[in-house]
Order: sequence, then C-alpha cells, then structure tokens
Amino acid sequence: MIARACRLAALACLAALAAGCQRGEHARPLTVVSWGGSSQDAEHEAYYLPFTRETGIPVREDSWHGGVGVLRTKVLGGDASWDLVQVETEDLILGCEEGLFDPIEWSALGGRGAFIPGAVHQCGVGSVAWSYLIGYDGDRFPQAGPRTWADFWDVRRFPGRRGMRRTPKYTLEIALMADGVPPGQVYALLRTPAGVDRAFRKLDQIKPYVVWWSSIAQVPDLLGSGEVAMSVTSPGRLVVANRNEHRHFKVSWAQNVYAVDYWVILHNSPRRAEAQQLLRYVTRPESQMRLARLIPTGMTNREANRRIAPQYRENTPSDPANMRDALQLDGNFWVEYGDELTQRFNAWLAR
Amino acid sequence: MATSSPSVSTPGWRAEPARTRAPRRRGGWWTYALAAPLLAFLAATFLIPVALMLSRGVTERELPAVWPATAAALRQWDGSGLPRDALARTLAADMRRSRVKGGINLVANRLNADQVGSRSLVYGTADRLVAGARGDHVADLARIDPRWGERSTWAMLRHAAGPATSFYLWAALDRRVDADRHVVPVPSEQAVFVDILARTFEISFTVALLCVLLGYPLAYLLATIPKRWANPLLILVLLPFWTSALVRTTAWVVLLQTNGLVNDTLLALGLIDRPLELIYNRLGVYVALTHVLLPFFVLPLYGVMKGISPVEMRAAGSLGANPLQAFLRVYLPQTLPGVAAGALIVFTLALGYYITPALVGGGGDQMISSMIAFYTDQSLNWGMAAALSLLLLAPLVLLLFFGRVLARTVPA
Repeated sequence: MIARACRLAALACLAALAAGCQRGEHARPLTVVSWGGSSQDAEHEAYYLPFTRETGIPVREDSWHGGVGVLRTKVLGGDASWDLVQVETEDLILGCEEGLFDPIEWSALGGRGAFIPGAVHQCGVGSVAWSYLIGYDGDRFPQAGPRTWADFWDVRRFPGRRGMRRTPKYTLEIALMADGVPPGQVYALLRTPAGVDRAFRKLDQIKPYVVWWSSIAQVPDLLGSGEVAMSVTSPGRLVVANRNEHRHFKVSWAQNVYAVDYWVILHNSPRRAEAQQLLRYVTRPESQMRLARLIPTGMTNREANRRIAPQYRENTPSDPANMRDALQLDGNFWVEYGDELTQRFNAWLAR
Repeated sequence: MATSSPSVSTPGWRAEPARTRAPRRRGGWWTYALAAPLLAFLAATFLIPVALMLSRGVTERELPAVWPATAAALRQWDGSGLPRDALARTLAADMRRSRVKGGINLVANRLNADQVGSRSLVYGTADRLVAGARGDHVADLARIDPRWGERSTWAMLRHAAGPATSFYLWAALDRRVDADRHVVPVPSEQAVFVDILARTFEISFTVALLCVLLGYPLAYLLATIPKRWANPLLILVLLPFWTSALVRTTAWVVLLQTNGLVNDTLLALGLIDRPLELIYNRLGVYVALTHVLLPFFVLPLYGVMKGISPVEMRAAGSLGANPLQAFLRVYLPQTLPGVAAGALIVFTLALGYYITPALVGGGGDQMISSMIAFYTDQSLNWGMAAALSLLLLAPLVLLLFFGRVLARTVPA
C-alpha cells in the first residue's frame, strides 16, 4: 500500500517537474530594466506610470548593474524575461555584435537627426548622457575648491584623501588629463604602450592618497564622513544629497569624462511591439523633459535640450557650458583594451 | 549515504551500513524514481551547466566554429616561417563570409584576448576584404595590415584553432605560449592572477582560522550554559544570519572608518592620538568577512557539541583526569568533526566572496571571484572565466577530499 503510494508520488513529482519546465514566460507583462535607485524612481514617475496611463499597457520594472554577459545568458539561454533594457556603451557594442539586440527602427523615433550624435547606434538609442567629474565637500574647501584633474593630484594645495573608481576605465583617462594631455589626445595616447606607462606613472604619484570605491553609491558616504576630501563621481547623487540632507557638496565640470547609456530591445523579446512603443515613449522630448525636472539628466533628444528651462540643465551634460573641454568615453577602446588594462591595473593596485 | 553518518561517536556505528543497505536494495526502481526529480533538477541546473562552462577553459570554440576551413588548414601548418598562400586564401574567404553573415566578433575577441589589438586587425582586414581588396596571397593580406606578414600573428591563429587548448589555463597562471610553442611568463606588469589566487586562499584561510578561534568558545558557551541563557544567545548568533551581507558590511564601514565609532571612542579615551586605518585595507576585509561568516562555523559546531553528553567529562574526572586533560582527550576530539565541517564551510564560502572585499578592501585586497565576474559579465571572455574557476575549484576538490579523510581518521 505504502509502496504504491510512494510510486504514485514519484510519478506525480516527475509530472510536476515536466509541467514546470514547459511553462514559459508568456504570461508576464512588458518588462523594462534600468539602473535602480533614485534614477529609476524618477523614471518610474516620468516614464512608466504615464505610459501605462496613456496606453493601458502594464509595465513591470526590474533593475540590474550592467554587464553584457547577463544579457548573453538570457538571450542564448532562452530566458525571455526582459524586453527593454538600459545598457552601457561597451555592453551595447559587444551585445550588438553578438546579435543580442534588435536593430533600431529610426524612422519611428523621428530619425537619427532628432538625437545628439553620441546617442545614435545601429542597436541602441541614447537614454541619458552622464559624466564623471570632481566632487568635493564645500565645507572642507570654503575658498576655492579643486577645479581641474591637476588640482585633484595636488595634495599640497588640497590636502586629504581622494576617492577613485576601482577600474582602469575612467581612471587612466583622468590620469593622462592630470598630466596635461588635452582631452582630444587621450585615447590616441592610451593606444600606445608609452601612453599607458605614462598614465600609470601619473597614478603612482597619487596612489597613497586614494580610497578606491567599487560602487558609485559609496561616494556620498565617503565625502560626507570626511573619509575623502574629494572624489571622482557623477554629479546626480551629490545634488540629491544636497537637496535631501542639506549638504554643501560641489562639483567641477572641467575636463569631465562623459558617456551615454542606451536603450536596447532584447532579440528574444516576446513583447517586441509593446517594447517599441515604450521605446518611442521614453525617447520623446516631453518624456525626457519630465525626467530632467525630477533628477539632473543629460537628455539625448535635441528638441528636449532646446526646450528645457535652463535651471534644469545645471549640473548636467545638457548644459553646453559644462562640456567645453569634456572627453567622451570611447567604448570601442575599452572593448579592445579592457582585458589587458584591467589585468595591468589590478597588478598595479596590489604593488 | 551510510558513510556520511554524523553520529561517528555512536557505539557500534560500523554495523550500521549493513543494516541500512539491505532494505534499500529491496526498494526497487521507484525509490530512484522518487529521487529522480531531484537528481534531474541537480543535473539540469547545476552539474551540466557547470561542466559545460568549465569546459570552455580547455577548449577552443570560436575559431573552429566560425572559420572551420581555416581552422583545419591551420592544424596542418607546421608553424615554421609564414604559411602557404593557400591558407591565406582560405582565411580571406572565411573572413569575408563571417563579416557579412556574422560570427566574426567571436574570433576577433578570442584573438584579442591573446594579443591586444587583434580585434582591430580582424575587423579592419575583413572590412577591406569585403570592400574588394585582394586576399589571394599572404603578401596581399600583409599589404592590408603588416601584422599578417609576421609569423607571430599566424602562430596566434594556430593556437586558437583548437580543438583543445591550454591557452586559458596558462594565461590564468600568468604564462603564455609563444610562437615557438615555449611557455614563457607574461611581462611582470601584466602578471596578476597567481597573486590574486594566492591572496584569495590566504584571506579565506585566515578568515576560517579566525572563525575557529572566535567561534569555538562561543559554541562551547552556547552548548553548556542553561537553556534560558542559551536561547537568547543563539538568537544573537542567528540574527546576523538573517541580515543581508551587504547591510552587515556597510555597518562595518560606519564603525571602522576614519571618523567612525571605533576611532572616535579610542581617541576620546586617549588611547590613540591619531585615527587608525581600520578599513579599506586587509584588516577591514578580515573583520567584515569573519563577522559575515561566523554563524556558518558556530552552528554546525554547536550541533556537534550538543550531542556530547556532560556525563563523559564527569567520567573522565572520576577516572583521574584533571579538567584540562579531560577537555583535551575526551571533549576536543569529539568536536573535531564539527570544527572541520564549520571551517570548511567558512573557507569555501570565503573563496567565493567578492562584495565584502570590494566594499571594505583596498587596492590589493580583491579576490579572484571579482576577476571571474569581470570576464563573465563585462568582457565576455568566458574561456578565461572558466580557467580561473578551474584553478579555484581544483584545490577545493582536493581539500574536500582531504577533509573527508581527516574526518574519518578522527578517533571515535
């Protein structure tokens, strides 16, 4: 009797397992994936809520930290749980080559000309432009704070430790600019062994003073607790801290390194039509302006940049005054040299 | 299953296997059917994917799949001097086709992992070929890019022609195979993996040791004090267990930073006159990691200690042993399986941690899993990720085996 019951139970388990394998992802709503935190909170208000109100299409949100390996696993592994995803430049380049993304239908978005030049790619539309630059506590340097990367290196005039991102990306570019290389020549130099040596020699000078952070979320805490006197940072979080916690964080836009993030539609999206509809919605000037009023945002739509009130452009790459000597991150460079320079950077860190 | 019986100290445990094995044989197919869903689940979600992923560390996937004719021709090439023009023609045809139909990115990135700059070499050459440039002779290719006129470029291609490869494993040991098939060390400024691997094992071992030193008295206390004290204490041990590792790590930042609680207290007491550097270095990693992993050591040991009857210690005393002797010869040996199990769990978990070292460590405190994550997620160099994982896994398997042998030799 018991034996028979167990036999039946075994068969039931097998059947349940088989059924579990067959159930797909058809039932889920349109899913958009972004960077989480305060920026996604703002996108929720400015993009996804009104989109659902206007179209009646429910939107499910997810968040991630980037890394094209995650997308490769999803698309090649047959996990169709995401539709519209925000990615960084290198993820866009590598993923596009692998065929992980759908090509963009530019005519439906108002044509390539509707966007700033860096925001146009065969597989992606720019979502936001953002910068890495110098951030510091205004209370600590009440007179004149650090302005250029050379100032960042000047530990005599501006004493205290420095926060820097623990990756060769951004760090090597910044080191060369601190050494007097004009932004336009940074990548040409980094493609030569001599240029890389020069960047590491410059980093040697500041190494004893550096606290290396691994997540941008650490920066307000590092600055706020006085652990570092200044840090490489993106301005958004400092602006939010100033607003919410009455801090006096300041930033310098001189020689900032800026990058564009992109929207992509995953190749195995089961809700392609709806994803394209949402993509049209989030790249419209009205939507981008709504986002920029909530959180400092570098907008990619030209018309949005023209029409927005000047006070919302402050502290964003959308203000031309901020971008006079800026350096655009070269995704192709990092796709090609990333492995080698990451190895060398980690070896250098441990010495 | 009988061999892993935890009740090693039970008298007559050797007789157990015979008793438990007999009914299992009578069970027939349906006992296996009952376990089949679990086994199938384990195989499908764990064993097979892990094996497939690890196999990438010792096989060449990209070039043989995307340029099959070239791969076959490369395996025939003897490697001396420049190859014959027929190979150049085959390569040019494969390049054109893969540039138009897709797949060239896989080869470009694989070759770039060997020699940086190969990505532009492959894409640049393929674009010129598609645009109509001639590729009938080695000299034609060398006119497009002079690197095709160098033997080292073709040797790199031959290394990638597979089917099996030692390329990734050597790279993970800071070595490379040169054009003459000699294994040579990479330039010293590029050598990083051996150091990181050694550091990973060093940190994990130290953390396991710290957990043993801190956790043993704690588990002993929990196992011996009256229940009304033991239960609240046990909850205190378990509480951090239910808190996310990220939160606990961040809490240590608040405590240990330059103007943190610890430094402020020491300064106020006049014990130091300048803040100590307690975080963003190895010390911070040890403190935070030991705290995060301590429950994994205490709980198994507590379970073992609970099973030891206090009568035995009293018996030892009545036979003339002083308390220290009784502890060393009666109590301690019985707890060693628990110590070994707990320490092994802590060591294994520590090997894979990288969030904690990333948040509280300095430049020289990153562990190998952060590199594996980099190659998996950022650079799509899964061969390298697999080779590093193999190097991490191999000593661990040895250790697990060693641990089992150790557990078996512990006197009952």
